[in-house]
Amino acid sequence: MSVAVEVRDLVKQYPKRDVNAVDGLSFEVHSGEIFGLLGPNGAGKSTTIGVLTTRVKATGGRASVAGVDVIRDPVGARRMLAVVPQQTNLDRSLTPRQNLTFHAAYHGYPRAERNARAADLLKEFGLEEQADVKVDWYSGGMAQRLMIARAMMHQPAVLFLDEPTTGLDPQSRLFLWERVRELRERGVTVVLTTHDMDEAAEMSDRVGVVDHGKLLALDTPAALTHGLSGQAVLELTVTPGPADEPEKILAALQGVEGVERAERVGAGGPAGLPPGMAGFPGMPGGGGAPMGPPPGAAGGGVTLRLYVRSQPATLLGPVATVLAERGAQLTGVHIGEPSLEDVFINLTGRGLR
Amino acid sequence: MTAVAAPAATTAPTTARPSTGRAFLAILWRDLFVTGKEVWVFLAQVALQPLFMLFIFAKVLNAGGFVSDQYKNLLLPGIVALTAFLTALQTVSFPLIMEFSFTREIEDRLLAPLPTYLVAVEKLTLAIVRAILAAVLMFPIGALVLGGAAFHIGGIPLLALSLVLGSWAGAGIGLMLGTLVPPAKISVLFAVILTPLMFTGATQYPWHSLDSMRWFQIVTLANPLTYLSEAVRGATLPSVPHIAPWICLLLLALSGAVFSAIGIRGFMRRAIN
Ligand SMILES: Nc1ncnc2c1ncn2[C@@H]1O[C@H](COP(=O)(O)OP(=O)(O)O)[C@@H](O)[C@H]1O
Ligand SMILES: [Mg+2]
Repeated sequence: MSVAVEVRDLVKQYPKRDVNAVDGLSFEVHSGEIFGLLGPNGAGKSTTIGVLTTRVKATGGRASVAGVDVIRDPVGARRMLAVVPQQTNLDRSLTPRQNLTFHAAYHGYPRAERNARAADLLKEFGLEEQADVKVDWYSGGMAQRLMIARAMMHQPAVLFLDEPTTGLDPQSRLFLWERVRELRERGVTVVLTTHDMDEAAEMSDRVGVVDHGKLLALDTPAALTHGLSGQAVLELTVTPGPADEPEKILAALQGVEGVERAERVGAGGPAGLPPGMAGFPGMPGGGGAPMGPPPGAAGGGVTLRLYVRSQPATLLGPVATVLAERGAQLTGVHIGEPSLEDVFINLTGRGLR
Repeated sequence: MTAVAAPAATTAPTTARPSTGRAFLAILWRDLFVTGKEVWVFLAQVALQPLFMLFIFAKVLNAGGFVSDQYKNLLLPGIVALTAFLTALQTVSFPLIMEFSFTREIEDRLLAPLPTYLVAVEKLTLAIVRAILAAVLMFPIGALVLGGAAFHIGGIPLLALSLVLGSWAGAGIGLMLGTLVPPAKISVLFAVILTPLMFTGATQYPWHSLDSMRWFQIVTLANPLTYLSEAVRGATLPSVPHIAPWICLLLLALSGAVFSAIGIRGFMRRAIN
């Protein structure tokens, strides 16, 4: 398996900043895979993409794209790569079609070829009807599609997508995912960044979790979730008995043999959606509004999540016993795998950025 | 489907081996294309201000008896110089301020396969082309407003050379400002830099006419536009006393080189974090 992107001990310190935005990052992306860089805001994802796409000067380390050293030979690297940045950077003096044809012209494509490629890509990205209007008229989703089409004009070996779905509606998001998978089918290596776990899990063959400019974990989404402390998650909906408090119940459950960690879901800090239900892409990680009742809601159920080592079902008995002793009522049980979100929170902590 | 879908086409990006020269020309072509697309905007930008200046200073004031008939001959070369200089400066500075901040439009060109400094050189080239177009346009406009434009066939080489070098100097200053001035300070740019440049550049008066105002005469020497005005005046009205052309050309070339160098450094700093 050949290497499409190689990053070795990469360091980037912006001028007048005392912490490194990228701090000794190393990873490899295989040819033909979709690689996700997952991390909270400010983790250094865009900076890493910036270095790889020759727009940010590295302070130290090495980086290469498609075998070309981006630091020593930026011009050569630009032939091999394309990037869709976080913010729109379409040429507003040109029509959408001209955005594509001029891009190809910069890359040395002769006129007939660039016109043909532009027509094909506009069609593929569902923009042929509006190929000759003003770019300013484009919605966010359309601008995004046009930028990807533009990126593909010069047939890059590696495509970088920086937070490609942030701010997109669900339709655009699905369309984008489909297109990206299609690119992989054609042999294009895709590196995308995201802070959205579902997106990373859904899209990527492998995920690198970064925070504070460092790589915390790198594996397939499945392996990452299996590697988490607990093998499985047991989620309970409980109505505390009179004069009891959820925190006290949590502490008691923590003492049950086989429970690694227990936390309350949906009340303040703890992260949100239940495993397997972690659903709506783009929802800020955390909150957990759909399940957890507001803290201290009188008489309402509380959702508690237990990360367990053993088979969750075997713990039901002991758990029920603990609850019964405290006069708490068990009203719901859900057994699931930990989600990538659990991995993410586990690795990067809960602090706000 | 088509070439786009063919795996061979995407995995081997070798159909085009872009050369640096072709990338440069394509970027220049993009800017010329946009200029052509917005040709009326371009004309309004370059022609309106000189048109009014000629009309008021040479025509209206002359009708009122405030300036002599001879003044209009002196003014036209100054206006030609001013137009070339400001067109070059503004062609680079204003779009660059926007493209680096709000619109990020320039990013696609920064990712073209050519050394980054050449993108700045392209901006300078475009500015010189546009400035010379604008300057040449001033002669018919001047003739129209003033009923005749002083012109001297023998002065054409000097005229051409001074316009190229003078536009280069203006473009260099534009590049420097365009990469230094943050977008929020655009209005400051006008007030603090453009206005003094316009009025200390020997455009509305020959430099030697300041002999009795020594301090101002010396101030004007710091403005590259002075040398362009004097050179254009020397080329079109050789009989009017002017600074020696070789001095003008030398100083214009020097300004062009110095400001371009500063500008390109600023450009690189903005283009690569
Ligand atoms: N141009 C810049 N100048 C100074 N600091 C920057 C610049 N760009 C990013 N940073 C800082 O570098 C860190 C990483 O930012 P970034 O790479 O954009 O993170 P991410 O894309 O993961 O959200 C942040 O602390 C950010 O404030
Ligand atoms: Mg980012």
